[in-house]
Amino acid sequence: MLEKALIKESKRMFWYWIIFLVVLAGVGFNSYLHQLNQGLTVTGLSRDISWGLYIGQFTFFVGVAASAVMLVLPYYLHNVKEFGRITVVGEFLAVSAVIMCMLFIIVDMGMPMRVLNMFLYPTLNSPMFWDATVLTGYLLLNIFIGWNVLEAENKGVNPPKWVKTLILISIPWAVSIHTVTAFLYAGLPSRHYWLTALIAPKFLASAFATGPALLILICFMLKKFTGFDAGKKAIQKLALIITYAMCISIFMVAVEFFTAFFSQVPGHMVTLQYLFMGAHGHGQFVAIMWVFVVLAVLALVLLIPRKTRENDRTLIIACIAVFVSMFIEKGLTFVIGGLSENPFGEITPYIPGIHEILISIGIWALGIMIASLFYKMVVSVKRESDFANASFNKQEMRDC
Amino acid sequence: MNINRRKFLKVGGVLALGLSIAPVSGVLAGVKGKYMPNSKALTGKNWAMVIDMKKLDQDIDACITACHKEHNVPDIGNKKEEVKWAWTDKYGHLFHDNKHEYMNEEMEHKDFLALCNHCENPACVRVCPTQATFKSKDGIVMMDYHRCIGCRYCMAGCPYGARSFNFKDPRPFIEETNPAYPTRTKGVVEKCNFCVERLAKGLIPACAEASKNGGILFGDLEDPNSEVRKILDTQFTVQRRPSLGTKPKVFYIL
Ligand code: SF4
Ligand code: SF4
Repeated sequence: MLEKALIKESKRMFWYWIIFLVVLAGVGFNSYLHQLNQGLTVTGLSRDISWGLYIGQFTFFVGVAASAVMLVLPYYLHNVKEFGRITVVGEFLAVSAVIMCMLFIIVDMGMPMRVLNMFLYPTLNSPMFWDATVLTGYLLLNIFIGWNVLEAENKGVNPPKWVKTLILISIPWAVSIHTVTAFLYAGLPSRHYWLTALIAPKFLASAFATGPALLILICFMLKKFTGFDAGKKAIQKLALIITYAMCISIFMVAVEFFTAFFSQVPGHMVTLQYLFMGAHGHGQFVAIMWVFVVLAVLALVLLIPRKTRENDRTLIIACIAVFVSMFIEKGLTFVIGGLSENPFGEITPYIPGIHEILISIGIWALGIMIASLFYKMVVSVKRESDFANASFNKQEMRDC
Repeated sequence: MNINRRKFLKVGGVLALGLSIAPVSGVLAGVKGKYMPNSKALTGKNWAMVIDMKKLDQDIDACITACHKEHNVPDIGNKKEEVKWAWTDKYGHLFHDNKHEYMNEEMEHKDFLALCNHCENPACVRVCPTQATFKSKDGIVMMDYHRCIGCRYCMAGCPYGARSFNFKDPRPFIEETNPAYPTRTKGVVEKCNFCVERLAKGLIPACAEASKNGGILFGDLEDPNSEVRKILDTQFTVQRRPSLGTKPKVFYIL
């Protein structure tokens, strides 16, 4: 099956695209060598803002990975047939996203060559140990599932039974990866912005908006560049999921304001003040937070009315707005915001270093490259099975 | 084909077995080579410290210098990446949830000594994914620099800003290396260790030794006759941020 990604039908455009991504990944790798050589001093991280861009994006992509469940669950548990064509698209999105997560963790480490210490000295009380464990499990699950489902389709048979068992396991597992990731933050004394049980549900809600939004965008791209059509019905089902998930996640962002500003407890207010209005003379995130607000509102305005949700063009704009706004909220400001008030009641600003940005871009490129190769394979398998089905149908009709 | 596959599996299995036994043999070797503690070593069940700011005032810089010299703490020279085991900061910062608008200026800006609190319920130990940060039997929160993976989870966890990360190679920033204590490499976290290496030799912590007027007292909380306990029994003392439940064991007399 692999040859489908590598040789068959390799249009020139596709390979230019891959080469472009390889170059970006190479630039990122070069920056990583710098970071390995000089240490994390090349980043904008500091004694106070000890986690930044890397861990923020790690958190965001855990959400993207978990969102595959929004296709798998309706299809396998509620028999939503429309998703049949694209569950494997979601599974390979999950694989690429988990690989990106792992890379973001590795580049964030001061001692990456010791990463196995996490498994050599398993520490059951540490959420980070659990996070690494469930992420690894989730990666393996999705590789197995995606591969076998596609392989079966390639051969024109049903996937083996044990794959279905794995799929059922992968549903709660997806929830677990984002819950455990939320627990990284939600149990630390004195990090008030994080110290709320709402983090896990908020993460899940935003994941179920962001991931499907990305899936819709991917489906439109596949249609444009390869002719693979996910089907209007599937896209509309996804759009409905996004609408609900987006409403819930914006609701959860909003209720934090009530708790903070009605209680007037300074520790609870300070991060929100800093992010949205500026505090103690610092306000580096204010502009970008308002971009988040505008995009989130725009997304809701386009998603909630049926007319704009069912129009391809406005739906695409809405999906981009969902993705970008949630990336700002969760991928950029959640982690940095939580650390910005240091234990001495001062605000520390954070500006990422150039190598830090290039490394992040490199990881994005690598993730997109892996996804592109997967999707190329998916599309050619689908095209063949569609072709087989079509000729089979014709045959049937003639026989009648 | 089949035989090849079976052979391959066999070899793989043996290799895997070997890998899984290796750590066990390491542990066994560790049991064999038990070492004898120094007979002069100071022993305690729960080490703690009392800092009397009235008495410490003059010696505060000497204390920090003594600590940093003893432990090869680099002087990085910028706030972003500074490494510090003991340092001074104003009351308004160290006790920032305990200050108020009308507070006596002098008190708010008075410099206090700060260091790791060797919490009885340490958040840093709870979060560390490798047990590179751990609590010893005598109540000291210690670090294994050779195990730390530099994930900095402990820095997010510690509510006292007691931990520093080596953003770059610290060695060029150490003025005079003390060969009796290891230097660190870039990429690991470090912090005060209550001078366990001195306790093992029968010496009190370097900062306590440098405070000539008895501004820093060190002793065993479990021992009702220890100096530390006597002070805690008779004087008004405070901890930093006690409401967080970490149970800090550095007490202050204001
Ligand atoms: S002060 Fe911080 S580093 Fe020291 S034991 Fe307490 S939580 Fe850990
Ligand atoms: S940085 Fe080191 S000591 Fe701190 S949590 Fe990570 S492994 Fe543990």
